[in-house]
Amino acid sequence: MSQNRNFEPQRFISPVVKNLRPSGIRRFFDLVANTKGVISLGVGEPDFVTPWHIREACVQALERGYTMYTSNLGMPELRRAVARYLEERFGLSYHPDKQILVTIGASEAVDLALRTVLNPGDEVLIPEPCYVSYKPITLLCGGVPVEVPTTQARNFQPNPQEIEKRISPKTKLLILCYPNNPTGAVLDEDTMMAIARVVEKYNLLVLADEIYAELRYDGPPVSFASLPGMQERTILASGFSKAFAMTGWRIGYVAAHPELLAAMVKIHQYTILCAPIMSQMAALEALQHGLKDISYMVEQYDQRRRLVVSRLRDMGLDCFEPKGAFYVFPSISVTGLSSEEFAERLLKEEKVAVVPGNAFGPSGEGFIRCSYATSLQELMEALNRIERFVARYTRLAKAVAHG
Amino acid sequence: MRKNILKLLENNSKLSPKEIALMLGLPPDEVAREIAEMEKEKIILRYTTLINWEKVGEEEVSALIDVKVTPQRDVGFDEVAARIYQYPEVKSVFLMSGSYDLSVLVQGKSLKEVASFVAQKLATIEHVQSTVTHFILKKYKQDGVIFEDQITERRQVVQP
Repeated sequence: MSQNRNFEPQRFISPVVKNLRPSGIRRFFDLVANTKGVISLGVGEPDFVTPWHIREACVQALERGYTMYTSNLGMPELRRAVARYLEERFGLSYHPDKQILVTIGASEAVDLALRTVLNPGDEVLIPEPCYVSYKPITLLCGGVPVEVPTTQARNFQPNPQEIEKRISPKTKLLILCYPNNPTGAVLDEDTMMAIARVVEKYNLLVLADEIYAELRYDGPPVSFASLPGMQERTILASGFSKAFAMTGWRIGYVAAHPELLAAMVKIHQYTILCAPIMSQMAALEALQHGLKDISYMVEQYDQRRRLVVSRLRDMGLDCFEPKGAFYVFPSISVTGLSSEEFAERLLKEEKVAVVPGNAFGPSGEGFIRCSYATSLQELMEALNRIERFVARYTRLAKAVAHG
Repeated sequence: MRKNILKLLENNSKLSPKEIALMLGLPPDEVAREIAEMEKEKIILRYTTLINWEKVGEEEVSALIDVKVTPQRDVGFDEVAARIYQYPEVKSVFLMSGSYDLSVLVQGKSLKEVASFVAQKLATIEHVQSTVTHFILKKYKQDGVIFEDQITERRQVVQP
């Protein structure tokens, strides 16, 4: 490419994008990718391949020539299947033609929701540590992210009083991502009810990112939208990625009040047209015949979860017991290291990749996220390595304290 | 509880009772006791390892042999089956429905060895009517495990 000195690409990039901080994980990714022999517990997706019958449904659809656009909303059969699924699993009733939109993963659903409701200056409450995209998308919409810290002492439950304290006349939306990435926390009933009361009192909307809803180890899945009075105020974003091991298919959905949904459809039809038909075909098969796959995978995750939590605790790490998703989020304070130091040294010294907790928000400092969506064999080897590492640094930290 | 323990062991017999207990949320001594009892009751027969011998460079020939048998009064196929499974060359014996009666897996060092075992030992057993030998050319999958090395990590190493 010839270089023109007068051309300054930076001048053309909008200040909002320019000032957007690159994901903390990105930097760490390069470090891990350049190290050989690494066992990665930093992966945020199932280690299972999409069940064969689901892949086969997609192959068959292709063979039969399903290569065209679908309705903007998504295939009617798929929307009906989603509605039936939400009814059966969560007791939620949505009209398949007016309240459900098939999206490019839950990610698009989150983006659509925020773009649909935010005016510049609107404030968005975001309990953290949390998934990395809420804050940047809020900023892209001109919104103001207002973080609500959560703590291990309170089992990473968002504190309704802390939420209320941060509400201003500009507050419009509360984002809830439970089961939570990175902590694995799920909302307990009292907290949910108390949050619902705050939401009602201040006339807020809720964006419920329930992509991990199916991965629960303490009972059946629950949706925030199923609380009294909450369905109309909740934009429910979910998808197939985590429950059916379908991350690469990029297929999800959003369910909401008909008027909110119609508004979201406007953006979706201009920007996306429709989700890929082959992914929609696969998703349909997943909902029709894939529920048994979920219970198999949940059983496997659950076994690994118990093992990992117990091993981490035996090492002397203070580890909150996750009730959902496939992450554990232990405190690493006994090692005297910061999250990033821990992650970088563990990678260098023992070749295990974990994600520093502060990548998910300031309250994640002092923690690391380990995914147990990894084969049992790898998981056990990684735990042995972490054990060695923690023992070394705990001794050092003690020596310094006594020194 | 037994079923869950067995399902774990079937996949990975290296798991210790303590690990199994953790994974299932059960007391470790109870799991250890249960395993010991299942060994005694011959529910657990052996702790095996699934090996891809081809990778070791060991030449080994296996054949599946369809055996037709004249069933015996009162004992049916059991007596003939017992005669067949005594041979160490015979790795497994199944009674089948369909066009033949016993399916016998025979292993040997060479094609010749297996063939002569069938001709001289198996086919000559009383009440064996006929045998059809199928040599195994390649193992793709066994006991739920795919032999090909295609299942390397394909996911991105770190993701939010």
